[in-house]
Amino acid sequence: MIAEFLDLAFISGLMGATMRMATPIIFAALGEILTERAGVLNLGIEGIMLMGAMTGFVFTYSSGSIWFGVFAAACVGMLLGFLMALLSVNLGLSQHVSGLGITLFATGLAMFIYRLHFGSPTVPPIIQPFKQVALPVLSKIPVIGTGLFTQYTLTYIAWLLVPALSILLYKTTIGLKIRTVGENPVVADTVGVNVALTRTLCLVAGGALMGIGGAFLTLAHQNMFLIDVIGGRGWVAIAMVIFGNWNPLKATIGALIFGFLDGLQLRLQSIGVVLSFHLFLMIPYLLTIIALIGVSRRAAVPAGLLKPYRREEKGG
Amino acid sequence: MIRFRIIKRKPLPGWAKIVIPIAAILATLILAAIPILLAGGHLWKSYYYLFHGALGTRYNLLETFVKASPLLLTGLAVAFAFRAKFWNIGAEGQLLAGALTATVLGVHLGSIPPVLVLPIVIIGGFLAGGLWASIPALLKTKLKVDDVVSTLLLNYVMIHIMGALLFGPLQQPGSSWPRSSAIVEAACYPILMPRSRFHLGIIISFVAMLIIWFINKKTTFGYQAKAVGTNIRAAHFGGINTTSVILWTALISGGLAGLAGVGELCALQYRLIMDISPGYGYSGIVIAMLGNLHPVGVLFSSLFFSVIIVGAQTMSRMTGVPTYIAEVIQGMALMVMLIFLLFTEYKIKVQRK
Amino acid sequence: MGKNDQPVVRMSGITKRFLDVTANQDVSFELHSGEICALLGENGAGKTTLMNILFGYYACDAGEIFIKGEKVNLSAPKDAISRGVGMIHQHFALVASQTVLENIIVGTASRKGIFLDLASARQALVRLQERFGLQIDPDARVWTLSVGEQQKVEILKALYRDVDILIMDEPTAVLAPAETTDLFNTLRSLVKEGRSVVFISHKLNEVMDISDRIVVLRAGEVVAESNTGETNARELANLMVGRELLESIEKTQLAPADPVLNIRGLNVLNDKKLAAITDLNLTVHQNEILGMAGISGNGQTELSEVLFGMRFPVDGAVQVNDRPLKFGSPAASIQSQMGRIPEDRIDTGLLMDLSVEENLILENHSSAAFQTYGLMKSQKIRNFCEDLIRAYSIKTAGRDATTKSLSGGNLQKVMLARELAGEPSLIIASQPTRGLDVGAMEYIHQRLVKERDRGAGILLISDDLDEIFALSDRIVVFYEGKVMGEAPGATASREQIGLWMSGVMA
Repeated sequence: MIAEFLDLAFISGLMGATMRMATPIIFAALGEILTERAGVLNLGIEGIMLMGAMTGFVFTYSSGSIWFGVFAAACVGMLLGFLMALLSVNLGLSQHVSGLGITLFATGLAMFIYRLHFGSPTVPPIIQPFKQVALPVLSKIPVIGTGLFTQYTLTYIAWLLVPALSILLYKTTIGLKIRTVGENPVVADTVGVNVALTRTLCLVAGGALMGIGGAFLTLAHQNMFLIDVIGGRGWVAIAMVIFGNWNPLKATIGALIFGFLDGLQLRLQSIGVVLSFHLFLMIPYLLTIIALIGVSRRAAVPAGLLKPYRREEKGG
Repeated sequence: MIRFRIIKRKPLPGWAKIVIPIAAILATLILAAIPILLAGGHLWKSYYYLFHGALGTRYNLLETFVKASPLLLTGLAVAFAFRAKFWNIGAEGQLLAGALTATVLGVHLGSIPPVLVLPIVIIGGFLAGGLWASIPALLKTKLKVDDVVSTLLLNYVMIHIMGALLFGPLQQPGSSWPRSSAIVEAACYPILMPRSRFHLGIIISFVAMLIIWFINKKTTFGYQAKAVGTNIRAAHFGGINTTSVILWTALISGGLAGLAGVGELCALQYRLIMDISPGYGYSGIVIAMLGNLHPVGVLFSSLFFSVIIVGAQTMSRMTGVPTYIAEVIQGMALMVMLIFLLFTEYKIKVQRK
Repeated sequence: MGKNDQPVVRMSGITKRFLDVTANQDVSFELHSGEICALLGENGAGKTTLMNILFGYYACDAGEIFIKGEKVNLSAPKDAISRGVGMIHQHFALVASQTVLENIIVGTASRKGIFLDLASARQALVRLQERFGLQIDPDARVWTLSVGEQQKVEILKALYRDVDILIMDEPTAVLAPAETTDLFNTLRSLVKEGRSVVFISHKLNEVMDISDRIVVLRAGEVVAESNTGETNARELANLMVGRELLESIEKTQLAPADPVLNIRGLNVLNDKKLAAITDLNLTVHQNEILGMAGISGNGQTELSEVLFGMRFPVDGAVQVNDRPLKFGSPAASIQSQMGRIPEDRIDTGLLMDLSVEENLILENHSSAAFQTYGLMKSQKIRNFCEDLIRAYSIKTAGRDATTKSLSGGNLQKVMLARELAGEPSLIIASQPTRGLDVGAMEYIHQRLVKERDRGAGILLISDDLDEIFALSDRIVVFYEGKVMGEAPGATASREQIGLWMSGVMA
């Protein structure tokens, strides 16, 4: 069995799977980091991802163009992000419950629309999914060439988004404004930053990323839409944000660990390791919980997270 | 330019507590017209079949109660937890824990006196759900782990535990599907009304509601839970053992959800399957919010949702509107309720400048 | 100091209401360039509200504002800042986890487009620092700075934005006397160049010291306006309050008896793991009010938290009524016959969203008198609460009224009623009259003296020297976690106490 582990094809296959399985979580986590840094916890993530998955699938099926599907998924994500903003920012409703409400609503809506569009066919409709793209020079490198550098385009985009988001947050004026809004909205307000607008924009942009993350699962990873296609990955993304201390790079590492375990359990089955695959599916969630325990001690929670901001609260 | 500002208003009188949820329900039903029309359903026909399907015949009405029973229990579970600000999003997993334990007990207890079987199964299911909920409660009180995330993640852990067992030791011998053997006769909930599925579990859930109401209103524990949920720091200052309160709240909350799982198993399915819960744990959240976290409110809102879910089946058959409209309406109901609740404390001031 | 004829700020007919409280009623206010104008008044007089309107943070219900001669329509602080108005609030608007530089430049334009230009910002900052003598390390994280240093960051933040009308709200509330002198020098150098400052305060001596002109507000209205040189402290005090200030409470001399509180060798760390209290020894006797004077932030909060059971000390021993106190348990502190009045009544002491009744029984709801086997005895509880509401003259719609609806003074009465109902032998009162109007303050003072006469020993922790002097039989001064000195209440000199409060051992 050790021999099988050390087989280069196994290793490179595992690397590839890690990147693939991590991709939707990376997208979702980046979107969630953006919104949480601005002070909003978006629990609508699971529902937004599902709507993104469904929308991407339906639009691709109808139009024949995968990228149009991705675009549509992003748009839907933006709309739902905007709805979350209306509830939690403009109206100042509890972020926990608004987000869950959006997940419930979006989940129901996704299934409703899918059923409307396709009815209940005996054979589930499928599309032509993304094909993996081999990067010119890099994919020729032994082992990691096929593992890391032969991936879906969306995965490459995810890679680029990680440093992009880091630069945005830490090196730009916009990023400083976002972080200030998240740490202390009073401060931001007094220096002229529009707190509500900043939070709304972050929710919308974050929603787009979450939608794309969901679409990855129906347009690249698989080629059909199933009700449980998201399977709790939205919540894992939320946990990864905490795990990564609200830092894009660290959250991505967490996503990679999850992707590694997800990919590992499939491969272990295929080389005959006899352990219920359900037990394996459990491991990522357990590890996430353990990671949360370790992290909760030294969390750098954005201090303004979860608090709606209203100017005229006090009297005099 | 017109500007909207949200400012505090004077508190509304007591009757608002009842009028607001009713108004939210009405508003939701009106909003439901949108997806109905989008699905090409005839509006009045759809509403008719929705209500007729839930309340129109004796069987339908009893069936509505059957569907309401697990919703009432998960709604109570969530409401009881939220009241103490223990954000129990894990009712789904706790429900499954209860169903799982009831299965194990219900399959293997054939040889003990029949009259003992059902009580043992019920207590076992309650404890299982309660213990599963106490894990995130311990994580929250001792290690400061966020309860929203931990209860959520544990749902998936429990689903996979169930899956591992259903494909393993619990699998019905000879079957290739993930299903357990049937539970023994003595473990089945008796049907209380002939020619229907109206079962003991419905009475249990109603009694549970009364017990929770009593705890909340009349006991020191109910008072302590309320205090902890209002301001945990002040409750701690006042000498309340907040850790103990949260743990017991989790136990009871998880236990209630576990009872819902026992009910589904022992009254409807008689064996454990992967799909034993179509998301009752999550629906419980909406039901709890819509009921304003009050047991009687939860009762009515679980009935409302049950009407929607049961009615949607008939509506779907007769008008072609997909059954998922029930979930859409649930989500809308939550958002509408939230917005209405907001306007009990705030109002919009229009400024022209 | 050149004063133009045209005021640099003119507010006229300003009215502002919150629900049914009128914070400002037809207020008119002017500010001239190159002057420091003090806005004087008690807590709740409307000073902060008025300035928040000028700063654009609140919108007024009626009235007009002119800045530098131009009528303005302020919908957000951004508008005010763009016209040169800046405000430094009592609670600093700084992000503790970010650096000084980040705090100062947030929201300002960068020369590198959307990228932060820390280098040139740093240069500009250094120049400002040298000009006004406000030396702070730009890369320090704000949470590591002292309160005085944080205030300097706030001032730099305003100067960086070319603010020439600076509003400061109770700036000296958390400063030591030396830091206050520092601040006043800074303000003087600011106005020398034609800037203007509005100085909100309730501290008469400072106002007389630093301001050129004084405007007095009372209950939301302007009651007086004068050049500083033409008035005196006594006159101002009367204008603030509307009547003669009660200068001393009727207090009989009592001989202190047995100790009720004995603290030996107490060492406590604060949340940043720094020493908050070092080797403290303290005793409070029956029939005695021990006043602990000192500026907030010198360890008093940590001391009260340890006694209340909300914080563990590193080591030391505390005895209440000759019995050792178990640390870290509010229940144990309650059991020890301690009446506890925390400084933060809203967040720590009370359950604001619950009823008055539910608050009154918080500490004794599980006693045999009010429950059996977990079942609450509602009639007994009801009677208990009604008696307390009567005894303490708590103004409320009823025992079922939400505590949120009570005024500050009545909130504190609820607190007192709850804590004193059991006739405790030791009372710890931490900043008991903070934020309250004079009437409530008098009530609480009288109550505390009554308790002392009954035989209780009281540890009064307060940053209000008037209160300390009015009530204490004995005064100790707390500075940086240590007792600087002790003096009898009747004969202590304010100067000596003030020196000790600033850390000067003399």
